[in-house]
Amino acid sequence: MNEHRLINFLLRGYVGLVFLFIFTPILGSFVFSFNADRFPSLPLGGFSLHWYQAIASDPAVWQALRNSLKVALVVSVVSTFLGFAAAYTDFRYHFFGKSLYMALALLPPTIPVVIMGLAMLAFLSRVGLSGELHAVMISHIVMCAPFAMAVVRMRLAQMEPVLESAAWNLGASQWQAMRHVILPFTAPSLCAALFVTMAVSFDEFAVAWFVSGLNETVPVRILNTLQGQVSPTINAIGSLVFVTTTALVILAQMLLMRRRKPA
Amino acid sequence: MTLRKLQTAPSLAEVGSTPTPASRRRTQGPWYGLTFALPMLVWQLAFFVFPLAFLLTISFWVVRNFRMQPTFEWLNWSYVLSRGYFWDVYLHTLTMACGATLLISLVAFPCAYAIAFKLRTSARQLAILLLVTPFFTSYLVRTYSWQVFLSDNGILNALFGQLGIGALPMLNSSFGTFVGYFTLCLPLAVVLQLFSLMYLDRSLVEAAHNLGCGRLRTVLQVVLPSARVGVVVAALFCFILCFGDFVSPLYLGGGQPPTLSTLIADTTKAGQQWPRAAVIACMMIVTLLLVAFAAVRFAYRRRA
Repeated sequence: MNEHRLINFLLRGYVGLVFLFIFTPILGSFVFSFNADRFPSLPLGGFSLHWYQAIASDPAVWQALRNSLKVALVVSVVSTFLGFAAAYTDFRYHFFGKSLYMALALLPPTIPVVIMGLAMLAFLSRVGLSGELHAVMISHIVMCAPFAMAVVRMRLAQMEPVLESAAWNLGASQWQAMRHVILPFTAPSLCAALFVTMAVSFDEFAVAWFVSGLNETVPVRILNTLQGQVSPTINAIGSLVFVTTTALVILAQMLLMRRRKPA
Repeated sequence: MTLRKLQTAPSLAEVGSTPTPASRRRTQGPWYGLTFALPMLVWQLAFFVFPLAFLLTISFWVVRNFRMQPTFEWLNWSYVLSRGYFWDVYLHTLTMACGATLLISLVAFPCAYAIAFKLRTSARQLAILLLVTPFFTSYLVRTYSWQVFLSDNGILNALFGQLGIGALPMLNSSFGTFVGYFTLCLPLAVVLQLFSLMYLDRSLVEAAHNLGCGRLRTVLQVVLPSARVGVVVAALFCFILCFGDFVSPLYLGGGQPPTLSTLIADTTKAGQQWPRAAVIACMMIVTLLLVAFAAVRFAYRRRA
């Protein structure tokens, strides 16, 4: 019994270590963002809002933020629509080549981002779209729609398929059944999909870096800063982005949790 | 109960003159279904399949006078594939990705195991929530944060100094790259392994114990094989992510020697040699497809 306790204790400690590793850089960047030193070391320098003031007075950051928000808004709406439509198709229909259809819908996140970036850059510049924010939006929708689909599909899996046929039998047309049965049922997952895709788009740097040209988004701005001289403003931007995306994800989680209650 | 009642509705409807769902669907034509099936298909064909096909196409194009000329020549392929340099980089990338995959899987498994079997339900839910969080924090910011920790005058070396250990060079080495790979993949690997362990049939473990099977042997011969799909899928994702990542090798590994991804990024960003970058990208995709195919075969292979 003693040996058993010891092993359990060691395993729990091990979990703690893994979490320590995972959260060290995240918490670190928070702490450094309030640290006065340019090159933080031990002992830490004094508390300072200097880096936040630096980004607040940097027009490039504001422009990047505007670009990111524009992209994230468009991407979340379009991806959620595409994802919902595909999830509903998977839920309701059986057809020839369906597994191929699903593979096509789910594959994009598994392609390495450099390859996606290069392919999108080559293709979009050929059709005259690269270097514009549209290019970032188009690429991000490709990458985010699968996430939206997964979120909505999980919700649909909890729905009795007969609910829809019941509505038809009670005289509803297919569109009315969609409007009054499917949409209300999937509403929480639609919101969750909106937030998740927004968060993914807001964080994506590689493909955006390839196709955005001079229209930097926030992560591209970070990447370009990283390539230049070391600057703790990255921590400040990162912390703000972290708070934003976490808020979005927590909202999404709360909406998804609501499904546990009977609809 | 309400569901039961609704389920009986079709037979009632069929008795009357109301059209059955099947006939109703037929009379309304295919537009309804197509409205939902087509958008994803069209979008992914136009902006996913087509760009990738175009990537393959331009690998046969030739750059003349700093412009890409549409032709069909094997020039870039023979150029890239005949270079010893390319194969060095290829092998280096493959070795790093395989090593990282193995290490991450090994480190993740005890953690996933402990969360699945040794934590109370509430603690497990909290652990899952914490494991999902990094997915939504910027990978770039975390990388930069590691730079501060790992640099020669950084936090970790200051800590080591207080412990009386000399400054260790950690940044701009394979060690740095691996820290980046772990940052990128570890949470995902734990989550994926965890999901397969959580839904494991616990009576198997009890049966093994009752039959006198030791703890370690139970893990290796009962738990691990039953969770094989999750473990292999987690490893596959680690491989895909590490193989394609250009941030860790560049900003934590120092960029030397390059990996295939940093090579693509450099070649693309530096100039107009997109066809050569396309060849490298195609080689990467082929490698990934082979690995993914082998992994899926292995994961779903019937136990002998």
